[in-house]
Amino acid sequence: MIEAEGLTKFYGPRGAIRNVSFEIDKGEVVGFLGPNGAGKSTTIRILTCYMPPSSGTARVEGLDIIEDSLRIREKIGYLPESVPLYKELTVRRFLRFAAGSKGVEAKKIRSEVSRVISACGLEKTANREIGNLSKGFKQRVGLAQALLNNPSVLILDEPTIGLDPTQIIEIRRIIEELREDRTILLSSHILPEVAQICRRVIIINKGEIVATDSPANLTSQLQKTATIVLEVSGPSAEFAQALENMSGVQKISMESNGTSKFEIETDPSVDIRPEIAALAMQKGCGLLELKKMQLSLEDVFMQLVTEESTVEGAES
Amino acid sequence: MKGFWPIYKKELYGMFMSPIFYVVAFFFLLICGIFFNYILRQVIMVSYQVAQNPELAQNISMPDLFMRSFLWNISVVMLFVAPLLTMRLYAEELKSGTIELLYTYPVTDLATVAAKFAACMTTFTILIAATLPGVIMLSSIAGSSWKPIVCGYGGLFLLGCSFISLGTFASTLTRNQIVAAIITFGILLVLWFIGQAKSSASPLVGSIFGYLSVSDHFEGLAKGLLDSRDIVFYVVFSAFFLFLTLRQMSSYRWRG
Repeated sequence: MIEAEGLTKFYGPRGAIRNVSFEIDKGEVVGFLGPNGAGKSTTIRILTCYMPPSSGTARVEGLDIIEDSLRIREKIGYLPESVPLYKELTVRRFLRFAAGSKGVEAKKIRSEVSRVISACGLEKTANREIGNLSKGFKQRVGLAQALLNNPSVLILDEPTIGLDPTQIIEIRRIIEELREDRTILLSSHILPEVAQICRRVIIINKGEIVATDSPANLTSQLQKTATIVLEVSGPSAEFAQALENMSGVQKISMESNGTSKFEIETDPSVDIRPEIAALAMQKGCGLLELKKMQLSLEDVFMQLVTEESTVEGAES
Repeated sequence: MKGFWPIYKKELYGMFMSPIFYVVAFFFLLICGIFFNYILRQVIMVSYQVAQNPELAQNISMPDLFMRSFLWNISVVMLFVAPLLTMRLYAEELKSGTIELLYTYPVTDLATVAAKFAACMTTFTILIAATLPGVIMLSSIAGSSWKPIVCGYGGLFLLGCSFISLGTFASTLTRNQIVAAIITFGILLVLWFIGQAKSSASPLVGSIFGYLSVSDHFEGLAKGLLDSRDIVFYVVFSAFFLFLTLRQMSSYRWRG
């Protein structure tokens, strides 16, 4: 469980985050989304007790980040954004060090290290020096150290940044396996990733939270119009005219190039696709394509982020 | 002191894995060996001359003369060695970002500082201990007392504590290891030679200079004179810089 209340952080005179508040329940997997430099890492670093906030407070598992810093750090598994690792150590030696530092009992270190090594698929590289590993394996080592001592809260800062598609799928699979009875906060600027893993997203931009909801709700809330894409064969001015006069249609744009392509904006509450299909039949046009466009999380994100910047631009 | 041992072990491992340690150890021991040989020849020559003057011979102990010069020379070499041993302690963690791991693991800042200092002191102790066999051999041949050796090497250890605590602090000031080494070396040189400036300064300033000088306090110990003031000086000096290290690390946390 993570609660943040009015977190603000200044680096000198420059404010990195302003008044950031949110709550994450036990067992939730939450995506923390924002463009680069939005304040994701700053917020995460405050939650992981790396640095204190300038003002505001946060609690992890009911413990205060300032007063119970050490106890919180025992409960959190953290993968920092840049995946800092001791390059001169071998994977196993590094993980032993991490396990010891994280308070794993001396007797259990060996088994705990083997457990995370197999959880992250590091068996073959366990005795290699970290400095010689590929980016994907370093990321796994970073994830492995976060899993030591079985933390109840996992905070992963950009876990898939800089990886190739197969590696991203691998890391995602590992995260999927971890989700049971853990609270996971995952930051990213890659939207499809968050949409796939997380049930809820927190969107942050320019240091402020702009939206918190499930991907589905965010999409439907921001969908002011639904767009229908239609393609019919044959030039048909008459058909276009009829479409325009249909009830529920707000705007039409048309493109003719042998076939006619329409983009029709409608009221999202009613689906007029059957009527369109019937109309096409009636006018004798061959129906080639008819589909409703879904607003993707990416569009939602763009909308939120650009809305914000236009407001700011208007102020200044 | 939660987390002391894992960090101590990691630091030691990192130290022994880095080529810096071996290069430093090689040249340190080579130079110590050269000094050992040179000083021994000098002392033998002096003892020939003194042998012709029995009155003088009663007042000079040849083993003590040797020990004093040898320890003094080692301490000068240490001025160069200490910055090289300490420069990576924090600068490397700051540069590679691994400090973020240390800061988010459940270990106190005090344990981290203590572990890093202890690991560096361990390597340093190994280095000076490696010069001991020759000294012990010589002293058993000469049949001289063990006390000056114990006192002198104890003094070297204390001197090393002060050098390394200063170096640990300097290493927190920058991400660049070379800059950290230069800062350490610069401050050490000033504190080393400040004692010689005391004769040209006013009596009050001169006595302050003398008190601050890391070399003046070593003089007595190298001669085999155990003075609690010197021991207190080194202990306070080291504690002061380790405290500054601790403050610097929490300030780093606040600045983010």
